[in-house]
Amino acid sequence: MTDATPPVEHTHAEILRTNLRALSEKIEAGLGAAFLSAKLAFDELSVTVDSAKWIESLTYLRDNGFVSFIDLTAVDFPAREKRFDVVVHLLDPAANLRIRVKTAADDINPLPSAVNVWPAANWYEREAYDMYGVLFADHPDLRRMLTDYGFDGHPLRKDFPLTGYVEVRYDDESKRVVYEPVKLNQEFRSFDFLSPWESATHTLPGDEKATKS
Amino acid sequence: MTEQNMRNFSINFGPQHPAAHGVLRLVLELDGEVVERVDPHIGLLHRGTEKLMEARTYLQNVPYFDRLDYCGPMSQEHSFVLAIEKLLGVTVPRRAQLIRVLYAEMTRILSHMLNVTTQAMDVGALTPPVWGFEEREKIMVFYERASGARMHANYFRPGGVAKDLPPALIADIGAWLDPFLKLMDDLEALFVENRIFKQRNADIGVLTAEECWKWGFSGPVLRGSGVAWDLRRAQPYECYEEMEFDIPVGKHGDCYDRQVVRLEEMRQSVRIMRQCVEKLSLAENQGPVLVPDHKITPPRRAAMKQSMESLIHHFKLFTEGFRTPEGEVYVATEAPKGEFGVYLVSDGTDKPYKCKIRAPGFAHLQGMDLLCRNHMLADVSAILGAQDIVFGEVDR
Repeated sequence: MTDATPPVEHTHAEILRTNLRALSEKIEAGLGAAFLSAKLAFDELSVTVDSAKWIESLTYLRDNGFVSFIDLTAVDFPAREKRFDVVVHLLDPAANLRIRVKTAADDINPLPSAVNVWPAANWYEREAYDMYGVLFADHPDLRRMLTDYGFDGHPLRKDFPLTGYVEVRYDDESKRVVYEPVKLNQEFRSFDFLSPWESATHTLPGDEKATKS
Repeated sequence: MTEQNMRNFSINFGPQHPAAHGVLRLVLELDGEVVERVDPHIGLLHRGTEKLMEARTYLQNVPYFDRLDYCGPMSQEHSFVLAIEKLLGVTVPRRAQLIRVLYAEMTRILSHMLNVTTQAMDVGALTPPVWGFEEREKIMVFYERASGARMHANYFRPGGVAKDLPPALIADIGAWLDPFLKLMDDLEALFVENRIFKQRNADIGVLTAEECWKWGFSGPVLRGSGVAWDLRRAQPYECYEEMEFDIPVGKHGDCYDRQVVRLEEMRQSVRIMRQCVEKLSLAENQGPVLVPDHKITPPRRAAMKQSMESLIHHFKLFTEGFRTPEGEVYVATEAPKGEFGVYLVSDGTDKPYKCKIRAPGFAHLQGMDLLCRNHMLADVSAILGAQDIVFGEVDR
């Protein structure tokens, strides 16, 4: 009864955070030079690794419990020198932990394919190639995944217009589907609603009188 | 016949094929009647959901999730609203949690009922879908009474659910449960022990637990292979922690076990729904179904007639939407078909910078080549049906 130790909070979130912190330290030690940074936010662990040691890092994680491949995708940041973040989500069902692994990539230099680490990576890498144009070296079958046969461009890139470049219709005269450049009857409008009442930076007529007094 | 003029035969299965459960083109390479290689061509239903989402506010994006797996609409919404709530750091009122769990389980029955009965039709039983679809119709009426729409509900909203359930609806859902269990008995008696159903499904498309993990399979496919992994239990969200239910697992990892697991999951869903109905009637669980913060949820209609503040909130919410803090989250829920995840990257504006939808069907369809090799051509449709593929979520 006289024990002075403060009561430890054992909520799920607390336990999860402790486990993720321990995992982060373990991975940092295990990956060595491949490890670049780790971030614990929203109770999720993101680890950034060196793209030159991409496969070694993923193999290490797979051999240390992360047997389940959940997802692979890319995020486009056009302003960066290496514009893509390739993001992999993994699950360790025994320890009941998730992890997010990231690395930087560009649209010229291929990233080694993770197909030999988890076979599930196959279609996810094809999708990332299709949508973003990230190249994967040694991929057994790097074809387009979701877009049309003969499609040009990578739709999820930020510089790809929402409306695309071509539209299709069935042409009754030539009895086949034809591709034509997109014709918009009304110009595409993208409204910026970010606080419309605060965004006016110009001086409204009459305002100069108010600032003088 | 000499060695030279023997050759493999390639056929197209689809894109329009009733057993493809959507628009799927499978290029099958056959040696006689044995499948040598399967090459699924997908994307025929690709609508660019992820691209469209980047140009719309969070609230405008919720209805897109109904249109992914259109056999289980609310489960998709669930992952997305949970992801937004995680970014915002919002806790949903208890009554809204109960309603969400009630409708998520109803959705599970909606999806499983379609899959199990139509898979039975794929292997030759014509009656199960006729019986099962009658119950699906009743569930869609419950959908309509809650949200106004039979399928594309847009009912789960960031911060809760769109509207509270009327007491009569809760009572009617409670009254539906027991007759439904009776129908489940009839349905199981109809085809589960049927000789043809067993011949077509048992020992077809066998998966080991290890294969399931490394191919990213989840849901009933994983549990059919004997792994008791269920996100409702392993990583509980909403109020699943207090719900009593069992996780059925298979033994052999074949198509038959997957279907039996789905049938048992429907019974477990009924158990959870019964607990939700009971709890929703308790006095302590009355109250709001949306968080009172009107920066993220709309004000009540009546309040807008009286209060200027409410009117402003309403206008701002439906034009600008709400902003989320910068960051990235991945939220997964146990959708009927498996782990449905949403990876959301926010740059601090009112629209997602990126949203990746992790659909269970995408991973499952990828396993077609693994599963179908050295099976007969007729098994392809049985395997495809037992993988529970819906193209809305595969093609996105």
